[in-house]
Amino acid sequence: MSACPFSKASFPMPRQCPFLPPQEYQQFQQQPGAAQVRMWDGSSAWLFTRYDDVRAVLGDNRFSGNPSIPGFPSLSAARNAVLDLEPAFIRMDPPDHGRHRRMLTKEFMIKRVGAMRPRIESIFNRLLDEMLHKGPPANLVEDLFLPLTSEVIAGLLDVPNKDHGFFQEQSRLKVLLDVDPSIPKAASERILNYLDALVTERAKAPEGKEDLISRLIIEQVRPGHLSHRELVIMAELLLMAGHETTANQMALGVHSFLSNQDQLALLRNDPSLLRNAVEEMLRYHTIVHYNAFRVALEDVEVAGQLIRKGEGVIALIAGANHDPEAFEQPQKFDITRKADHHVAFSYGIHQCLGQPLARVELQVVFATLFERIPTLRFAVPQEQIEGKGDHFVQGLETLPVTW
Amino acid sequence: MSNNNYILRVTVDENLCVGAGLCVLSSSDVFDQRDEDGVVKLLQEYPDQASYEKVLGAARKCPSKAIKVEQVNGDAP
Ligand code: HEM
Ligand code: SF4
Repeated sequence: MSACPFSKASFPMPRQCPFLPPQEYQQFQQQPGAAQVRMWDGSSAWLFTRYDDVRAVLGDNRFSGNPSIPGFPSLSAARNAVLDLEPAFIRMDPPDHGRHRRMLTKEFMIKRVGAMRPRIESIFNRLLDEMLHKGPPANLVEDLFLPLTSEVIAGLLDVPNKDHGFFQEQSRLKVLLDVDPSIPKAASERILNYLDALVTERAKAPEGKEDLISRLIIEQVRPGHLSHRELVIMAELLLMAGHETTANQMALGVHSFLSNQDQLALLRNDPSLLRNAVEEMLRYHTIVHYNAFRVALEDVEVAGQLIRKGEGVIALIAGANHDPEAFEQPQKFDITRKADHHVAFSYGIHQCLGQPLARVELQVVFATLFERIPTLRFAVPQEQIEGKGDHFVQGLETLPVTW
Repeated sequence: MSNNNYILRVTVDENLCVGAGLCVLSSSDVFDQRDEDGVVKLLQEYPDQASYEKVLGAARKCPSKAIKVEQVNGDAP
């Protein structure tokens, strides 16, 4: 809360602890209704931080995720530049949203993703072998997690290995918030141009190929359900949403275990805690920490607060996941708590499509890493490991470890 | 048929489903996903009472509120 009771708090507000949401969220949670916050451009938005209220907003399609509707909250000039580009279904409302999303849901079904587990395990073990062979120290973000998540999603789309560095770099630039808007915009355009060429090439002979892009060309583009350009934009969403997020979550999960050795001991003694441990790290970190922005399509009342048509709303999943009404002692990283009702993947129709994949990747990493390297520890004093701070996705820039 | 015989009834709305698969993770004996489009497929409309907690958990977690769980009076058909 700002010191003066007559002025609005600004959003976003800085974190006091790099690994916990800003303390102000706790104060907002104690007040009834919604808080009004001021955005960088002087506009206002309604902020919801309680679990029930956040789910009420995100589960209500009278709130739109389309940033071109006037009143949609603006996070920064750089973010605007990215949102100004053509929208993927993550920014569409029904019925277009469902039409596009349904073209992909079978690809991320629990059983489909479950069948990918052995492949994910073998990629991870190979990367671990390489890292162990080189010897300590290592940077887990660069040496393990980005290569793993990139190879998994690129494998699905059949994007050549040699180009992983390129799309990792573009996606890193795309989520920067506090930079010249031309930087994330140019990064988005580079990746779209790259995928445009890839889709064009793939469209020449998609028959008999195993990758998702070829399937979409045959099933959706050729019968006229999806345009070439729409497929390019869809592929970009998958590629970008699919690796940076999951890699950051892995890094933060390792950080939480190394700085809570009691929790690591619990996991070691009882591997059946693995699934819940993954849910708890998703909850605890809520890496897409500014999610979710919406705009009211009509007058709606939430938690006694009337939101007028055209007003911006921020339903903070990072607040919801740290609401003491939903999670006792939310500031504690506790892999034995019941955590799987968290909203780290959001809630409502836009809830993460890739969550089954993210879960399996995280489960593979945390089933294997500490078992294969029991002496894993930070290679620098812990205070030197900093959160990414002002990024759209929270994470670690580097994670130096030794063993 | 006795009147205080409650049975569990689950219904799903395929049009609402967004295919996130949380229901399958909660109770794979009651829910599956259609091969052709990942949309929820109900395996048991009248699951055993013992599944109540899990099925209710699935309904609460479902992001698109596509699952309904009721206790209805009577015997399973
Ligand atoms: C730990 C990893 C991940 C986290 C925390 C995460 C989080 C999220 C969140 C919060 C949203 C909602 C956006 C909104 O409400 O506007 C979302 C949507 C989405 N995510 Fe993820 N995600 C992760 C991994 C993945 C992966 C591996 C994929 C795979 C391709 C993916 C694909 C998508 C897609 C396509 C959407 C848009 C869904 C829609 O609008 O219907 N994500 N994700
Ligand atoms: S949890 Fe809901 S949205 Fe997800 S697959 Fe099941 S019914 Fe569909």
